[in-house]
Amino acid sequence: MSLDMYAEEILDHYRNPKNFGEMKNPDYEYEELNPICGDKYKFQIKVENNIIKSVKFNGDGCAISMASCSILSEFIKEMELSKIKKIQIDELLKLLKINVSLARMKCVTLSLNIIKKLNINNDL
Amino acid sequence: MEIYLKDITNIGDYLSLNVSKIKKDFPILKRKINGNKFIYLDSASTSQKPIQVINSIKNFYEKNNSNVHRSIYKTSEESTKMFELTRFKIKKFLDAEDYEIIFTKNCTEAINLVVNGWVKKNIPKGKILSSVMEHHSNIVPWFSLKNPIKFLDVNNYGELNFNIDNNIKMVSLTHVSNVLGTINNVKEISEKCYENGSYFMLDGAQSTPHMKISLKKINCDFFTFSGHKMLSPTGVGVLAVKKELTEKMNPILFGSDMIKEVNLENFTVADSPYKFEAGTPNIESVIGLSSAIDYLEKIGMRNIEKHTKKITKYAFEQLQKIKNIKIYGPKKRIGLISFNLKNIHSHDVASIINEYGIAIRSGHHCAQPLMKRFNVSSMSRASFYLYNDEYDVDSLINSLNKVYGVFKL
Repeated sequence: MSLDMYAEEILDHYRNPKNFGEMKNPDYEYEELNPICGDKYKFQIKVENNIIKSVKFNGDGCAISMASCSILSEFIKEMELSKIKKIQIDELLKLLKINVSLARMKCVTLSLNIIKKLNINNDL
Repeated sequence: MEIYLKDITNIGDYLSLNVSKIKKDFPILKRKINGNKFIYLDSASTSQKPIQVINSIKNFYEKNNSNVHRSIYKTSEESTKMFELTRFKIKKFLDAEDYEIIFTKNCTEAINLVVNGWVKKNIPKGKILSSVMEHHSNIVPWFSLKNPIKFLDVNNYGELNFNIDNNIKMVSLTHVSNVLGTINNVKEISEKCYENGSYFMLDGAQSTPHMKISLKKINCDFFTFSGHKMLSPTGVGVLAVKKELTEKMNPILFGSDMIKEVNLENFTVADSPYKFEAGTPNIESVIGLSSAIDYLEKIGMRNIEKHTKKITKYAFEQLQKIKNIKIYGPKKRIGLISFNLKNIHSHDVASIINEYGIAIRSGHHCAQPLMKRFNVSSMSRASFYLYNDEYDVDSLINSLNKVYGVFKL
C-alpha cells in the first residue's frame, strides 16, 4: 500500500527539512522544475579541495520530493564533487527506506537530477 | 430513453438525471481500485466513455472501416458518410449554422490553427488580449507570433473583469476556467469585442461537455472544443469558424486531402474545410464523437448542465466543512473545484486518496501563470460529470478527512 510511503521519517524530513534555505556565494547552484507537477527546487553547494563542504536547498514540492531533497542534501556532504554523478537511484531509495510507486518515482528523482547538474553548470 | 432521466422530478424546466442508470453505461466505473469502488473525479482532464461510444468504434471497424474522401466502393462511401454526417451533427450541436466545422486532433491544434493560420496572415501585428486564467494551450501558441499580447487579471475570487482597449485586434479567452470553474460572461464579452472591432476566439474545452452551446447567440469568430472531455475518444478536436473567415485562413499542415491539384512545381488547395485537414483524419474518433453527441443529446445538454452545477454546488458546500481547506474560484461555477489542504502538497493529497479509489488531479493543471497569481505551486482538483453523484462527493470528503491523519496533523 502506497500509504507506507508516508513513514514517520519521511514526514519528519518534510516538516523539518535538513539544510533548507539559501546560501550566499555558493560555488555551484542549480534549479530545476518538474514540468509535470510543478515541483521546483534549487541546490547550492560550497566546495573545498574538490570536497562538498556545505549544502543548501530550497523550493516547494510534495512530501516525497522534499524528503528526497533533504536526505540527499545530508548524503552529499563531505562527498567528492566528482562522485555525485555516480549516485544511483537505488542508493537514494535505500536512504529513503520506503517503497515508492511508479507514479511517484519522479518525486524522488528530481533531487538527484538537480545535483547531477550542479557541476556542469558554469562556475559562478 | 427517458430511463436516463428520473420521471417525476421535474424541477423547473429540468429533469434530474438518473445517475445510477448512467453509471452502468460506463464499464470503467465498475472497476475496483485498491479494493475500493472507483470514484472518478477527473473529467475536466478527460471524461470516461460509455459503452455506446466504445461499441460505435467496434462496429465501425467490424462493418464500415475504409478511408474517407477517397474511394467509390461501398464501405468507403459508408465511412465518408458517417464522417461527414458528424460534421453536420456538430454544427447542430453547437447551433452553428454560419460556421465551418474543422476537425483537428485536439483543442490545442484548433487554437494553433487560428493563431498560425489566421492571425499570422490577417492581423500580423495586432494586439492580442487574453487572461491569466487560460490553459497553457491558449497562452503558448501566441508566443509563436510576434504580436503584442496583454493578459487580463482575475480578482481574488477568480472572476474576470473584462475590459478592452481600442488597440486590441483579437480577444482569446476560455469559456470556463479549467482551474477555477469560473463561467465567463461570453455574451457580454462578445458584444464588447464587436463594438471594438476585435475578433473573438472562445476556448470551449471546459464548457462544451456541460453546457448547451449556441454559437448563434455567443457570436464569437472562432470556437474550439475537445472531443475527449465529452465522452468521445481522444484524438479529435473541433474548430468552428465563421464561414467568411475561412477564405483568409491558411492551412498549417500540408499533404494529401488538403489539395485540389498537384504537379511537380506547385499545388492548389482544396476548399474549406478540407484544406485544413491534411492527411487521413482520425476517423474512428470522429465516429466516436458522433456517438458521444448522440448520448449527450439523448439526456439533454440543459439537464446535464443543471446536474453538473448541482453536484458542483454540493461538493463546494461539503468541501467547505473540511478543516484548513482553501478553495479557489467563485461560488458560481461549473464542473470543478480546486483546493489545497494546509501544509499538505496536492500530490500527497491525490496520492493518499487514490488508496481509497478516488481519482483527482493534482499539480499545476497546465495553468502555471494562474498558480503564480494565487501564490501556490499546485492545487488539487475534483471535477464532475453526468456520471457523478452525491455519493462520489461524500466518498471524496471521507477520504480527504483521512489525509490529515496520514500526515499526523
